[in-house]
Amino acid sequence: MSVATEQRQFTSHMRLFHWLTAALVLTMLCIGVAMVASLADYHRLVSIHRPLGILILIVVVIRFVNRHYSTLPPFHATMSPRERSVASASELFLYALLVVQPLVGWGMLSAASYPITLYGSIHLFPILPHNVMLYAVLRRAHTVLAYLLFLTFLAHFGAVLFHTWVMRDGTFSRMAPWKVRAQ
Amino acid sequence: MGGWFNPEALTPARFADGFERVDGIYSGFRLNHAKGVCVSGSFESNGRGTRLSKAVVFKAGRMPIIGRFSLAGGNPYVADEPEMVRGFGLLFKLSDGEEWRTAMINTPVFGVNTPQAFYDRLLAAQPNPKTGNPDPEKMAAFLASHPETVRATKIIQSHPASSGFENSTYYGLNAFWFMDANGRSIPVRWSLAPVQPFAPANSTGPARPDKNYLFDALIASILQQPLQWHLIITIGQANDPTNDATIPWPDAREQLDVGTLTLERVESEDTSPCRDINFDPLVLPEGMAPSDDPLLSARSAVYSQSFTRRAGEKKLPSAVMPSEVRE
Repeated sequence: MSVATEQRQFTSHMRLFHWLTAALVLTMLCIGVAMVASLADYHRLVSIHRPLGILILIVVVIRFVNRHYSTLPPFHATMSPRERSVASASELFLYALLVVQPLVGWGMLSAASYPITLYGSIHLFPILPHNVMLYAVLRRAHTVLAYLLFLTFLAHFGAVLFHTWVMRDGTFSRMAPWKVRAQ
Repeated sequence: MGGWFNPEALTPARFADGFERVDGIYSGFRLNHAKGVCVSGSFESNGRGTRLSKAVVFKAGRMPIIGRFSLAGGNPYVADEPEMVRGFGLLFKLSDGEEWRTAMINTPVFGVNTPQAFYDRLLAAQPNPKTGNPDPEKMAAFLASHPETVRATKIIQSHPASSGFENSTYYGLNAFWFMDANGRSIPVRWSLAPVQPFAPANSTGPARPDKNYLFDALIASILQQPLQWHLIITIGQANDPTNDATIPWPDAREQLDVGTLTLERVESEDTSPCRDINFDPLVLPEGMAPSDDPLLSARSAVYSQSFTRRAGEKKLPSAVMPSEVRE
């Protein structure tokens, strides 16, 4: 592959999925935080939280499959092998969190024997038996995973900012929502 | 996001702490309506409700139900008293897999109309540790600033309690919206009218009845024959308040009998799934929606908080033990 044609960005589909996930997950974290502290808006927020969680699960699964069939741009030369493995591992960890968190939510509602209503009469089947001790464990796990997701997001965000602004290696442009021309 | 930015704001967690402060902590029990017993049976819809709502529950036919009778307050071992507020939680299992849950009580209106007033009244009624009774000054101060509670109390007192759970009328309290198949919405309230004849509370039983006498009488009557209630929908009009549970709608409002609830079995909480069900009043099927009553979302939030707390706690035996329910 010549330098002139070397892929510098993730594919447009991958970038679309990335920013869609980012918007959905950040919205979801805000809703989650507001929901647990609210009396007046609790019902409205929970009613959005459930279908949004399932939407994130679907988007992330499609995204993961799409990633598998896409060509990834090479890492920047500025990144050491260790940095590269950390970046890859943290990416996998984020994927795992984004799949596990909605499943824990779904499982926890199942264990509590709540109907898992998405919209109107559309609802999901339970994936776990009615067991409140199991619910209690999963409910706690849902909170812990939400904090973990937020911290992982901050680390991801911080690393990209560091590369882009301090090292000035153009890391952000790899995932920029717009098309970046080769310099 | 009140709770995060304003530590004084009333959150579900603070609400739950309030209940625990006033009533004490009873591991594995509900924070309110802690003392209860489970029932099950069916609801036979007569099909008339389809005029008001497209909810599957109103299509003619029979569906299974699970319920729970309870007494208000956080003490699961409290001695039964006739004037204690009686609760009836119900879960309808609809044929399309949806659910309708409702939590009703035996007073025609509710004593407060906002979550904050509920919380303030809860604390005002907290027994003084020295006297064992609520501080009359605190309650007087609460009532002085809540004329709606004074008015609601008069209405409640004009409906004397019946002799037991089995011949009580239960009221859904909050207003809701029904949506029909044509997209038309109407405000409604609902209640359960007993088939069992009314008898006043003080006419039966010995002067100092057994600690569980209300529950024991309920168990005895279900074991004798199934108990029945009519589900009555009260149809509101344009100017009827939907956001104030202390105000009754005019008596002239049309009422529609949409079906009959039959209870055939009674079981201790220790062995029935009803203990582990949250009778969240906002688990509604398609065709029903919450009104603008601020109590509704707050009830959902606090019930959920109570459910989550007790879910992980060690379960202590219920006051109504499995042995009491056997014939």
